[in-house]
Amino acid sequence: MKWLKKSYVAIVMAFLYAPILVLIVFSFNQSKSRGAWTGFTFGWYEKLFHNQMIIQSLMNTLLVAVISSVVATVLGTLAAIGIRNMKKMSRTLVMNVTYLPIINPEIVTGVSLMLLFVFVKSAGIRLDFGFTTVILAHITFNVPYVILNVMPKLRQMDISVFEAAQDLGCSPSQAFFKVVIPEIMPGIVAGFLMSFTYSLDDFIISYFVTGPTSQTLPITIYSMTRRKVSPEINALSTIIFVVVLTVLLLVNVGDARRERELRMKARDRV
Amino acid sequence: MKSKAAAFPYLVWMLIFILVPLGLVAYYAVTTPDGTFTIDYISQVGEYTPVLVRSVWLAFLATVICLVIAYPLAFIISRHSGAGQRTMVMLIMLPMWMNFLLRTYAWMTILEKNGLINRFFAHFGLGPFEMINTQGAVVLGMIYNYLPFMILPLYSIMTKIPNSVIEAAQDLGANARKVLTKVLIPMTVPGISTGVIMVFVPSVSTFIISRMLGGGGNLLIGDLIDLQFLGNAYNPNLGAAISLVLMVLILLAMSITNQFGDDEKGDLLK
Repeated sequence: MKWLKKSYVAIVMAFLYAPILVLIVFSFNQSKSRGAWTGFTFGWYEKLFHNQMIIQSLMNTLLVAVISSVVATVLGTLAAIGIRNMKKMSRTLVMNVTYLPIINPEIVTGVSLMLLFVFVKSAGIRLDFGFTTVILAHITFNVPYVILNVMPKLRQMDISVFEAAQDLGCSPSQAFFKVVIPEIMPGIVAGFLMSFTYSLDDFIISYFVTGPTSQTLPITIYSMTRRKVSPEINALSTIIFVVVLTVLLLVNVGDARRERELRMKARDRV
Repeated sequence: MKSKAAAFPYLVWMLIFILVPLGLVAYYAVTTPDGTFTIDYISQVGEYTPVLVRSVWLAFLATVICLVIAYPLAFIISRHSGAGQRTMVMLIMLPMWMNFLLRTYAWMTILEKNGLINRFFAHFGLGPFEMINTQGAVVLGMIYNYLPFMILPLYSIMTKIPNSVIEAAQDLGANARKVLTKVLIPMTVPGISTGVIMVFVPSVSTFIISRMLGGGGNLLIGDLIDLQFLGNAYNPNLGAAISLVLMVLILLAMSITNQFGDDEKGDLLK
């Protein structure tokens, strides 16, 4: 029974990793064609680093992700605080609308935002498809994730600590920044990280609101895949995979260490 | 801290970037380009019934296969020790962090006419097999991209089921099949419905997977929408009408799934 379980896990893992392995192996392949191995080379990596379009779109992606997730975090945290103070009816209403971008297929969100920007343009307001529209769209799909991460923390928080801080001589803003914010910080950080990664990874919504300039990395990858043969994609995938693997390993090791420390502490107490 | 005003900036944002755009989708769907009311576009969607049926059918297949693959896997993982669980969950999440365009591109390398599988079989004088540009390839792409979305919610609900519950059922005379149908499945219904929604929604609305793996002959609803907005068939009104139909379709699918989710047995773990 045990080997059956083990081999089942192994098969699914093989399915998940085989394509990635293929990309990695072929990123070192001399031949341009996919499928035939003709010899080892670092050539595609060199080409990748000299590809201005890719470097530029990587920069754009990072910039869009930073700006949109910071704005979404501020907007969403404030929203969560305000929503918590609403009456039940309006709170339910606002939360239902907030869920919409999460429930809706991304393509519908993308199309709807595209129509909005087209509409705004046709109304005579100067708005170019590109950097601005992509950031506006990313903030829009990021805010709900911040709200959903901050809300539970607010619910757990005892509201009287805010009043207690004021009784002890804090001004309302001091009480807010020194008491409330630290209390809900884990939710804010989680919301920010989620926004940041969604923003980095988003293709579908960006695709509908992007312009001819300031492409993000996923958009550039898409235009590369359309040109059928471009082994630089393999090199790029390999780099992304190694970066993600490193980050996840670091986080995982950190978690394991923290867990071990907690266990040690618990033992010490006994 | 007691004020609702903090949510005000978000409420304005929500109005402009969530509600107005969806309103515009509905508006475009029922008006001609010069603004007169019509239901022509909505009824025109009926001409694409084969595409709608194909999208729902392929997404349904992908969802069912994901469930069948993920259920035993999630169970096996949930019975492991803490460290083992963490490692396996990390391994399942890792591919998700690579852009789905890259992952789908990898399958092109594997499945195409000169691809790895066909080259492998050619050594034995077999093939080439038609794999890419088939409906099977599209389903495979959906399964590959969205399988982790099925595994993770199942896993997170199964970790909450203690071994003793299963042992108790066995002690009371339930065989393996009874344990599965009378204990495990009823207790994991919320995980199943979350997983089903998280696989079905992106699958039914995809346009990249079908384009990259399905060739031109296996258009899905997503491709149809894309064609109306950014493709040759430029017709935003029809595109909006199809988007509206897609939204309704998904809301319907979700309310059906939620019906199962609200099953009283599903609440056992809450």
